Amino acid sequence: MLYDVTLRMSYGFGEHSASGRQILRVLPKAVPGRQRVIASALDFQPRPLDRSDGSDFFGNITVEAVFRNAWREIAFTVAARVERTVETTGLDLSPAIESLPAAIDRQRDLGPRSPLHFTGPSVRIGPDPAISRYAKDQLNPRMTAFEVASALNMAFYRDMEFDADATDVNTPAGTAFALRSGVCQDFAHIMITALRSVGIPAGYVSGLLRTRPPEGKPRLEGADAMHAWVMAWCGEEAGWQEFDPTNGVIVANDHILIAVGRDYADVAPVSGVLKTTGSQEIDQAVDVIPL
Amino acid sequence: MSASLPLPVDAVAGLLGQYRVPPGVADELKDAAGTVRPVWRRFMEHIAGQTPEQLRHQIARANHYLRDAGVYYRQYDEGVSAELEWPLSHVPVLIDETDWDRITVGLIQRANLLEAVARDIYGPNILAREGHIPASLIASSPEWLRPLVGSRPRGGHFLNFVAFEIGRGPNGEWWVLGDRTQAPSGVGFALQNRVATARAFAEFYAGANVHRLAGFFRHFRDSLNGMRKIETNRVSILTPGPMNETYFEHAYIARYLGFGLLEGEDLTVEDGELMVRTVGGPVPIDVLWRRIDSNFTDPLELDARSQIGTPGLVSAVRNGNVTLVNALGTGILEIRALLAFLPKLSQHLLGEPLALPNIATWWCGQPAEAEHVRSNADRMMIGEALSTRLPFELDDHAFVRGNLNDNAIDTLDDLLRDDPASLVGQEVVTLSTTPALVDGVLLPRPMSLRVFLARTRDGWRVMPGGYARIGRTENPAAIAMRRGGSAADVWIVSPDPVAQETMLGPPEGPFSRAVPGTLPSRAADNLFWLGRYVERTEGHLRLLRALHLRLSEDPSGSAPTVELLRKVLMERGLDDEANVPERLLQTIASAINSAGKIRDRFSVDGWMALNDLSKTARRFSGHLTAGDDCARAMGVLLRKVSGFTGLVHENMYRFVGWRFMSIGRALERTQFILDTLSSMTAADAPEGALDLAVEIADSAMTHRRRYALASTRATVVDLLGLDPMNPRSILFSANEIKEHVSFLPGADVFGQLSALSRAVLQMQASVAVLTPMTLDAAALRAIRRQAFDLSDLISTTYFR
Repeated sequence: MLYDVTLRMSYGFGEHSASGRQILRVLPKAVPGRQRVIASALDFQPRPLDRSDGSDFFGNITVEAVFRNAWREIAFTVAARVERTVETTGLDLSPAIESLPAAIDRQRDLGPRSPLHFTGPSVRIGPDPAISRYAKDQLNPRMTAFEVASALNMAFYRDMEFDADATDVNTPAGTAFALRSGVCQDFAHIMITALRSVGIPAGYVSGLLRTRPPEGKPRLEGADAMHAWVMAWCGEEAGWQEFDPTNGVIVANDHILIAVGRDYADVAPVSGVLKTTGSQEIDQAVDVIPL
Repeated sequence: MSASLPLPVDAVAGLLGQYRVPPGVADELKDAAGTVRPVWRRFMEHIAGQTPEQLRHQIARANHYLRDAGVYYRQYDEGVSAELEWPLSHVPVLIDETDWDRITVGLIQRANLLEAVARDIYGPNILAREGHIPASLIASSPEWLRPLVGSRPRGGHFLNFVAFEIGRGPNGEWWVLGDRTQAPSGVGFALQNRVATARAFAEFYAGANVHRLAGFFRHFRDSLNGMRKIETNRVSILTPGPMNETYFEHAYIARYLGFGLLEGEDLTVEDGELMVRTVGGPVPIDVLWRRIDSNFTDPLELDARSQIGTPGLVSAVRNGNVTLVNALGTGILEIRALLAFLPKLSQHLLGEPLALPNIATWWCGQPAEAEHVRSNADRMMIGEALSTRLPFELDDHAFVRGNLNDNAIDTLDDLLRDDPASLVGQEVVTLSTTPALVDGVLLPRPMSLRVFLARTRDGWRVMPGGYARIGRTENPAAIAMRRGGSAADVWIVSPDPVAQETMLGPPEGPFSRAVPGTLPSRAADNLFWLGRYVERTEGHLRLLRALHLRLSEDPSGSAPTVELLRKVLMERGLDDEANVPERLLQTIASAINSAGKIRDRFSVDGWMALNDLSKTARRFSGHLTAGDDCARAMGVLLRKVSGFTGLVHENMYRFVGWRFMSIGRALERTQFILDTLSSMTAADAPEGALDLAVEIADSAMTHRRRYALASTRATVVDLLGLDPMNPRSILFSANEIKEHVSFLPGADVFGQLSALSRAVLQMQASVAVLTPMTLDAAALRAIRRQAFDLSDLISTTYFR
């Protein structure tokens, strides 16, 4: 599936922007076998004083930009042509959930795809007894890792309400779960907490959704802004599988992946300014058009 | 010398009458048979040869030194922080040179081993892939900094300055208790301990063949200086700031080695290069000795919550433009669980066993080890695997022998079942004991030793000495300072005379005067405000004294000048009912706060004078009665302020920093005189107000000499406003400001005046052309506005 993607974002600051230095993670990355990036570009308005493009530990594309003057508003546009090439076989190659710990113990690689980065607590995600209990209730020991992840995906889709006003970007997973509502970021953080609590390595994925659904399918929630979902490591053979608990689907070709990390802190679209003042505002416009 | 005279054996025996080493413990002073070790013998004879009075006197010498040098450390207790006096244990730890050489060999090997481990875990990760270190241990450590994975430090070394905590076990052998690779502290305190201890035992120390420390520091300083790209870049210490426990040491070491002292906000990254924000604009810097933990150094790529970092630092490091000592990310070498793997890593990487073993450690992430820990739990300390604390600095979830109750075993079993990888078991440390003077009596106290290593051009160098922690009681857990422990000097004693080292290196080429360092904007800002606050304090005090002098003459307080004074005091926020108004104390506190942020820039005496002022003012508050008593107290405080300003005037190097401080003072003084003239020379001012103005401005004597007649508005305005010879006059201050500003960086740009220079010239000129007739209320208001604008312009020009 081939897409033309545009993402426009503008953000302003209050009086103080402590540093004019930011790191953006907004350009889609290539994922072997799943996503090809044919072309992509990021343009700023105003133009930054200094800019350097690179990548981070997890292989996400980073753009570091420096603005010396205290601009009231900075805007940028991402334009990309991306091909999604996910083939769903319907085969579950994952081991039983019980034998996943042994599979994790066998891992000795510390590369970016290693599940070892995604097992323990991370900046935004720690153990949460309520979410752990909820997760345990959804599984039995005979299920495969993939079945457990799918079951949790559907459970959160069923039991949680999508509500853009219930939470904000800093809401912890436990709080959103207690409310049983939130946005895609909350869904993702809660499901990652749940997966890690039952021993499944899990990470955070940021990306975009196709704006208009295929004929006869419902419009996906979160298509008008940057979206977030979850990746779960389902053993050596099945590898990383992606789930979208906000929409209750297994990720295939309607999702465009931008960045992956342990939680939101690793993949925030703009880091470096968001914490300075409360008056931060972000406007977004997304177009993901199939060709 | 009396110390070398042979003493009757029973003098030493008497001294050690109560020195009983607990069973099963090694002792530094006595060998297993209970006889005093040779290395201690002469020193013990020296002490035994002193009368109790002499000994007390010697100890007092050390304490005086520590107090005069202002040595302190900061302790946090339930969220409240306090500066505490340095707890020196006066008896040094003596170690024989041959014993020390073995330690040296072992620690150098260990430093090399840790360097090799760092190179791998931030590089190819072969050790994890081949199973020599569990990959999951690295991946789960918050000290493994992913943004630095794959980047080699400039210069090639991760470690340039490390410390090891060592202790002597019951069998008499030395053990490593923990590794300090992140930002080891203590080396400055070790130096202070040495100075104080050498002072206490000065007569003995001179001939005692104790290895000197200066050579170590000289070599380390030279090697850091050698890492610079250009010689004009200044090596600096990067500190977390005055609220850090060991800030004293950062400022002290910076002064001792001639390095700058910087905080994260002093730095900025431009075009990938690290720069210091100075009053003369950004100045490149490329070697930082970091005393701040890696995670706090860059909120952009590391811990985003850090308020004390420099955004972009990590990218400057990755670009190879700056050397940090030690490299960012080296904190991972401190995690406890790593101790479990170092013995085998030594074999694997160096092809030899550890020359100095570390305490036995079992990481419970492996089933067999977890089982071993479970079944031997009562003989172990069990703590967090990823913790970087030392074994005797217990963390919240530690289980120690003697503290195991049924409840703890339950929790331990739960943890071992649910999250074994989060735990390590370590054999319980039994530290050796060493003599400490407790109420005049020598008693054995547990001891651990911190040893410092610096990488120099010729490889690792070990500081011949160290930082000893001495327990408060016989319990080794009481060794940490927050539990009442103290610190002692460490003497490495040679059988032969030792070289006298100094910080001066061998002469190299002709003399060249060092270029004074550039002044960071933050320091300039603080100096400017220090000047203002001190001058403001003086103003407060003069007004208060004038009030109370009048009250002492007429306690009813009904005189019109008293009313006027009360009004002026209130306008300054000073409560005229309080004898020591809260605002006065606050202003002094603000001065100390500004000074505290730049302690490396002025003398210890200056700092002490300010603190003395503050303490005295606080002591006075609540103990004074209005009138004469108060007036005299304000006089005392005024003299203390003069003490400080005098020290500054006499001793401070006339560099840019001094100018900022002087500008601050002159501006504040201008405002004070402007306010005084406005209220006291107004047409409706009560009788006596003119004399009051002259008194407050401390110009009564001059006034009498210059104008033999009674004061008129014209004489007062002339003296306080326009007399260029009167240091209290507005014109005098304006001239001063003008001169100082002309020396600031960027005062003129290719012969053209800067905006600030222009503003200063305007103000000075507008005062200079006035006459006593034209210096009216409107003119006072206009000058006041100019002074305000000037203060703003200085901060936008230099402090941003």
